[in-house]
Amino acid sequence: MNSARTTDRRVFLQSATGMLTGLVAAGSPLALFAPSRAWALDLTTLTSPEGATVLAAARTIAPHDKLEDAAYALVVHSIDASVAKDEGLRRQYQEGLARLGANFASASEPARVEALKAVEPSAFFQALRTNTLQVLYATPMAYAYFGYEGEAFSKGGYLFRGFNDLRWLPDVPQADSGPVLGSA
Amino acid sequence: MMRIDSNDDGAVVIIGSGAGGGTLAHELTRRGIKVVLLEAGQRQSLASFSQVPGEAFGQLTWLDPRTQSGTWGVAKDFPGLPVWTCKTVGGTTVHWTAATPRIRPWEIRARTLYGPVAGTSLIDWPVSYEELKSYYQLAERRLGVTRRNGNPGMPASNNFKVMYAAAKKVGYKRVHTNHMAINTRPRDGRGLCIQQGFCVQGCKTGAKWSTLYTEIPRAEATGNLDLRIQCMATRIEHGADGRVSAVVYRDSKGAEQRQKARIVCVAGNSIETARLLLLSESARFPQGLANSAGQVGRNYCHHISGFVWGTFEQPVKFWRGAVLAGIVEDETVNEPKRGFVGGYHLELISLDLPTLPLVGLPYGWGRDFAAIMEDYRNMAGMFICGEDLGRADNRITLDPTIKDAYGSPVAHVHVDEHDNDKALRKHAQDQAAKMYESIGAKRVIRSLTPPATHNMCTARMSANPRDGVTNAWGQTHDINNLFVSDGSAFSSPGSANPTLTIVALALRQGEYISRQMAAKNI
Repeated sequence: MNSARTTDRRVFLQSATGMLTGLVAAGSPLALFAPSRAWALDLTTLTSPEGATVLAAARTIAPHDKLEDAAYALVVHSIDASVAKDEGLRRQYQEGLARLGANFASASEPARVEALKAVEPSAFFQALRTNTLQVLYATPMAYAYFGYEGEAFSKGGYLFRGFNDLRWLPDVPQADSGPVLGSA
Repeated sequence: MMRIDSNDDGAVVIIGSGAGGGTLAHELTRRGIKVVLLEAGQRQSLASFSQVPGEAFGQLTWLDPRTQSGTWGVAKDFPGLPVWTCKTVGGTTVHWTAATPRIRPWEIRARTLYGPVAGTSLIDWPVSYEELKSYYQLAERRLGVTRRNGNPGMPASNNFKVMYAAAKKVGYKRVHTNHMAINTRPRDGRGLCIQQGFCVQGCKTGAKWSTLYTEIPRAEATGNLDLRIQCMATRIEHGADGRVSAVVYRDSKGAEQRQKARIVCVAGNSIETARLLLLSESARFPQGLANSAGQVGRNYCHHISGFVWGTFEQPVKFWRGAVLAGIVEDETVNEPKRGFVGGYHLELISLDLPTLPLVGLPYGWGRDFAAIMEDYRNMAGMFICGEDLGRADNRITLDPTIKDAYGSPVAHVHVDEHDNDKALRKHAQDQAAKMYESIGAKRVIRSLTPPATHNMCTARMSANPRDGVTNAWGQTHDINNLFVSDGSAFSSPGSANPTLTIVALALRQGEYISRQMAAKNI
């Protein structure tokens, strides 16, 4: 496995077609998930401008102002990997991204929204939207940002960790619910 | 493991290991009857369940292609995924949320009570409620259903506190933490629920009942079960006498196999059950097996379902806790003055972060969509589960062009919504919105209809053989050693989550088949 991965990495670097870079803001909770503040993403199929366009489009589709570019870069990474494996998808993305225009990534948000609305019925946009949602909200960075706690089995679930800690509404009578410890 | 010879024509072959097939396998094997259980999927375990939502979906879901059409929203919103069912040992009892209300006595008399509703194919169940009730009681003991037989109710989660306060505010009376097939105390060799909120990904404590770790291992322990995993039935064969004689299937290597059978029971969940009967056409049965009345695949029901979300000023953290542990029963009545016949439940629900935007929210993107997601912490949720009315042309057919890996036509699902369906959904959405608004919701989101998880009625029981596929025991009208053993056999869907009723019918069918075998009637 290790040697295969090394080979993949070498092929990957040799064939890099572009790169995206960024910086995680100091003090960001995302710093917990990144080995260093600086991040870089090699692209194997998309060019740097195409990668920047995808990143800006993902930010326009799911605009969370305080969520770092590093999270959106994972969408770019996933799409880059998908188009590398599928010729038809690659063409669909390249043509679609070209329709958004060379200045898309630097345009204002209202201008980006208009550009995306213009291509909304296309298979390209539908794939872009679905891929963005699929990848973005499944990242550890999104979990942290939205406060979602994910897998709970290894921590003993929430039985003693707040499944019923809401205090801004009255408690439910026992007759309509049940005891917390499960004893009758 | 016990192995039954492929030429042994004395065994019962059951296709599918979920609520119906898995339970029936246990019922027959514990009575000394030899059973071959064919399951298309792999066998997972508490240890192997993934807790990464996207991975778990891939691990458990039936992902073979299906096509669809019709006016229901699912055709447009989820074109490749009309239904969300499982392909794994235990079937949908692995991903179900374990809500176990009963069908109401009046719901099994839909045709009599609702009258002749234009554009529907309603029939009454050919079973009395008194008889069904005794099997509900057996099923509830087997599954350890909460708030029955002295089993404590589920404790109230954050999400339920919101539902409860809202329901009481609008005057609802019958509101509680639902009847659930989830242990609230250790019982039956399994632990209690630790409120993980990962019911759909496979319950890693086993507190939630599933045939995977209850009925199936018990059936294996009798020494009478031959469970064959990754074995996909492709055709049921019959002999010169017109009775079924063997099941043809592809094994885990894709090789074709043939198992002889004394009796065949089909429990592939409504879509695949209908598809397999249709695929098994022959010179003698050119329309498929058990289809002389042309009813196989028709009258498909899926429940009127959908999410309603409320966002609040303060946190809810609705992902913590058993997903469906809450219910409002006040609207589970037939009151045509509401503008529709039949009733509905409002049930508690939450979705994990990755799944919510893909399945749980209306189509959208941009600032408004993101604003909803920003409130994920402060969101509460309800799921509508209402009765849809059977229609002859809402049906499963064989797709004319798309084929699966073995060259068999895939299932095509067609659903046109009836005006009654639309009126019921609107009423339920409005009531749910009124509930959340009554306690100060910032915003209420009426969401789309997700892929159907409750699939029913495609091989329904009928008193008159012209109206359905099977008699009151799930035995097909046309062929006395061919049975339907899942939700396909429901005569109408009612508004209850279907699993408890599937189990009750399987317990009853197990008794019937063993009696008929002993009497040498089949």
